Amino acid sequence: MLMAPERKLPAPSVGPDNKPFFDAAANGKLLIKQCSACGEHHFYPRPICPHCFSDKTNWVESAGKGAIYSYSVMRRGSPVQYVIAYVTLAEGVTMLTNIVDCDLDAIRIGQAVRVVFKPTEGGPPVPMFAP
Amino acid sequence: MSIKRKAALVGIYEHPTRKAEDKSVAQLHAEVAKGALEDAGLTKKDIDGYFCAGDAPGLGPLSMVDYLGLKVRHVDSTDTGGSSYLVHVSHAAQAIAAGKCDIALVTLAGRPRSEGSSGTQPRNYGAATPDGPFEYPYGGATANMYAMVAMRHMHEYGTTAEQLAWIKVAASHHAQHNPHAMLREVVTVQDVLDSPVIADPLHRLDCCVVSDGGGAVIVARPEIAKSLRPPLVNILGTGEAVKGQLGGKVDLTYSAAAWSGPVAFAEAGVKPSDIQYASIYDSFTITVLMQIEDLGFCKKGEGGRFVSDGNLISGTGRLPFNTDGGGLCNNHPANRGGMTKVIEAVRQLRGEAHPKVQVKNCRLALAQGTGGQLGSRHGSATLIMERGE
Repeated sequence: MLMAPERKLPAPSVGPDNKPFFDAAANGKLLIKQCSACGEHHFYPRPICPHCFSDKTNWVESAGKGAIYSYSVMRRGSPVQYVIAYVTLAEGVTMLTNIVDCDLDAIRIGQAVRVVFKPTEGGPPVPMFAP
Repeated sequence: MSIKRKAALVGIYEHPTRKAEDKSVAQLHAEVAKGALEDAGLTKKDIDGYFCAGDAPGLGPLSMVDYLGLKVRHVDSTDTGGSSYLVHVSHAAQAIAAGKCDIALVTLAGRPRSEGSSGTQPRNYGAATPDGPFEYPYGGATANMYAMVAMRHMHEYGTTAEQLAWIKVAASHHAQHNPHAMLREVVTVQDVLDSPVIADPLHRLDCCVVSDGGGAVIVARPEIAKSLRPPLVNILGTGEAVKGQLGGKVDLTYSAAAWSGPVAFAEAGVKPSDIQYASIYDSFTITVLMQIEDLGFCKKGEGGRFVSDGNLISGTGRLPFNTDGGGLCNNHPANRGGMTKVIEAVRQLRGEAHPKVQVKNCRLALAQGTGGQLGSRHGSATLIMERGE
């Protein structure tokens, strides 16, 4: 079994739009945005809804459960092999992420995954997913 | 207002270099501009519109207009990554139709090979990039962002690595006749499958080359074009589009070509089956497959079967593509392949492609560009051209 070794993660640049997201990540919570005008969730989070353009968007906590929509194992050209993926959350939005703590060769589309948080270099932790 | 037959491509030039260690990016821009002017039979003084994208050094048109010694009355620095130059041709036609300029120069140049660029390096577009914090920590690079599209396509439609490999095989059949191509060796499907996996499911030979170089085109008002070297290459229709993650409704099964293509075909008044030659952006094999489907050359999901068995090879296949060898074999200057897509389509319409790959009596051609990253945010531009009288 080929486990994904730990990759050094560059820190995300935190700004006013996304600070609540990364503050929550530091507390082990995955936040997404929901619009109270159209009811839609969106990702990545913005102050103005990308679906209906209302500014009535609210932070809501995701259950942190989802399924792999697509993925790719970076096999070469990187010091450490890693898995980039899109995960579709139970709330309906699909987010870019990494699949971690698993056998790189056993990942498949549709696989159920749950959120975990991984530390970055000098920044807040970021949400990733594990089977 | 339609731009159909309102402008013509009158000059083209592709830089022969593939590694320019001793030249600046600005110099390469000037060399391709000079080449295109000579091809058109024009001089620098004739240019009154200038177009460049993010590969241009310094402050884009501010730096380049001055560096080149131009005096222009119209500039445009639209940047949609590698598709920018097809957008520029469209915008040049629009500007000409609107009377804003008469003869427009578009240049592209870069030296990513000399600078050690690689498609496996995660891209950081700066702290203000809104999606950056949600992408950069995850190692979003060019190769894996395209690979996820291929992975999903295989899952949805049963597309195979062998089918994708056929795209590279066809490009290599064309590149063998191009003395400037970086990779001239004809490869087989097995060669592609035997090359190392870079980002699942893409092999090294599914990826384009990294090359230095550049290219330029000149677009002119038809009345002027008719006084220049024949044949006339008319612009018939254009389309442009941008697609991203759709607020979290990510759908990797189609590209922005599904939006830019129909607009271009409608303006040109032709359909995909009318196209005799197609330059299709080929950063990766999957890029070609997606655009072929999205432009309507075959149904969605049937691209794998469509590209198999040499169907893209000039002389034998139904849709001859990238007869210069494309980005997969010839070059990909500045990591932006849109310019060379336009140039080879013009060569085909002029009857100036290599005789071994020239499409017989080529009257209608398409050039298609994809810029950015197909798996996240990307631009698409479609350009349909005809050989005039």
